[in-house]
Amino acid sequence: MIENNDFAPENTIISSKNVDVFYGDKQALFDINLNVAENSVTALIGPSGCGKSTLLRCFNRMNDVIPICRVDGSITLGGQDIHAPNVDVVSLRQKVGMVFQKPNPFPKSIYDNIAYGPRIHGMTASKAELDEIVEESLKRAGLWNEVMDRLDKPGTGLSGGQQQRLCIARAIAVKPKVILMDEPCSALDPIATATVEELIDELRERFTIIIVTHSMQQAARVSMHTAFFHLGNLVEHGATSDIFTAPKDERTQNYITGRIG
Amino acid sequence: MQQCNLQTINITRNAVGRKTREMLVIALLLACSLVAVLTTAGIITSLAFEAFRFFQEVSLFDFLFGLEWSPQTALRSDQVGSSGSFGAIPLITGTLLISAIAMAVATPLGLLSAIYLAEYASNPARAIIKPLLELLAGIPTVVYGFFAALVIAPMLRNTGETFGFVISSESALAAGLTMGVMIIPLVSSLSDDVINAVPQTLRDASYGLGATQAETIKQVIFPAAIPGIAGSLLLATSRAIGETMIVVMAAGLAANLTANPFEAVTTVTVQIATLLTGDQEFDSAKTLSAFALGLLLFIITLCLNVVSLKIVDRYKEQYD
Repeated sequence: MIENNDFAPENTIISSKNVDVFYGDKQALFDINLNVAENSVTALIGPSGCGKSTLLRCFNRMNDVIPICRVDGSITLGGQDIHAPNVDVVSLRQKVGMVFQKPNPFPKSIYDNIAYGPRIHGMTASKAELDEIVEESLKRAGLWNEVMDRLDKPGTGLSGGQQQRLCIARAIAVKPKVILMDEPCSALDPIATATVEELIDELRERFTIIIVTHSMQQAARVSMHTAFFHLGNLVEHGATSDIFTAPKDERTQNYITGRIG
Repeated sequence: MQQCNLQTINITRNAVGRKTREMLVIALLLACSLVAVLTTAGIITSLAFEAFRFFQEVSLFDFLFGLEWSPQTALRSDQVGSSGSFGAIPLITGTLLISAIAMAVATPLGLLSAIYLAEYASNPARAIIKPLLELLAGIPTVVYGFFAALVIAPMLRNTGETFGFVISSESALAAGLTMGVMIIPLVSSLSDDVINAVPQTLRDASYGLGATQAETIKQVIFPAAIPGIAGSLLLATSRAIGETMIVVMAAGLAANLTANPFEAVTTVTVQIATLLTGDQEFDSAKTLSAFALGLLLFIITLCLNVVSLKIVDRYKEQYD
């Protein structure tokens, strides 16, 4: 299995070495070695319960809030160990943003949703600067034209697809390096999904995106690299085209042809 | 085409017993729920009737806006100087003063302990603290009452003396403080529910953006929970207004119209309790005034409850 794990892109930004994750006594991930290329889209695929979301949540230490969760091994962001004692989880999460499965805008105005991150991190000195970040983030998320005249309206009043793009705008407002997306389209209809996928394609120029998805078509459409997980193991990782056309492992073959999963 | 024998499919009602039993069960359940409804209706009717008799002797205007309360009535018609006055304002202000003190104690303590329990406490800590806090709600109010009268009130009076204040031994402060402690579990347990009802996805969103726990609580969880918290505070207020035992024992009988918490005041509930304890004639304005007070109290707390339940319900819908 090791030969499948040592796929090393040239410009690695996030790297996990020998990562084991436990929930209480139950081990969810086994010895994960994964290198994620900068400014690319990496898809994590695999059947339910294979640990792909768990791994995603390791990258910004969202698992910290689950008391029974334990992460062993090392994860580095740009060469720095994210579990090092001098690492501030607050700064880590600013650099590694997250978009969740279900759109989760705050029950605040559209403006305040975007401004939330920059405000808590003290990123702006003036209202004008903040306005600029809000506009830029919304534009980058392809939402500006739809909401520019109702920034003071609640974010929860938008449609599902718009809400998810609002959440993406909110994540990019704090200027992260990496954006983790945990099945960002699973609650959206096909048209909204297509819009978000286009957006992901544009975002990869500036950000590194790691996306967990249940849809193999989605992985094939949006990602450049794909990692296939099965029962807590990283089975295969490589260029998306290779994974889908010439998988090396039988399990990958079975999954992408619909025989397991 | 083959036809099946229709005679073999029996869908007629065979046993009468099952149907009858079903009806009996429904009747029993309905009767039980009617008991509560009818009792409420009975209470309101009796209150309204006696209050109506009272308002035949004392005008509604004098009752609602009168500034003096001394419910003495003549025993004999030729008695002099003992026509009572039935202005409810001093009682209402007394009630509000004590309730306000109680809420001033219970709101911060209850709310902050709810935030601690819901967001910070580890599971073992929560398992110990929550039942202990709720134990406060299980203490009989009469116990709170003598605690207020025998411990808190003398303590306040002595402290006051040290600093040169005059605090009467039956002060609004003593009653209000004790009542506040009594209400803490009500506020904390309702607010705890409300805070827990804020979806985890909102916490995730905030933590995912790099917010600390305190920032998340202050800027996301608390604003999202405010309507529910407001509802629970109103419910607690209504409980404070209706509370009787503590004020009977600690607040006194003198109907002073004052906003000074160091003085003795009396409340609507205390007056009702005093007017109706012991042997009373039920045709004098003095006794009947208790019903008018009861009706007034009932209307106030009913309004508060309706408003607060509405707020809490609307809040719940928002996240379902």
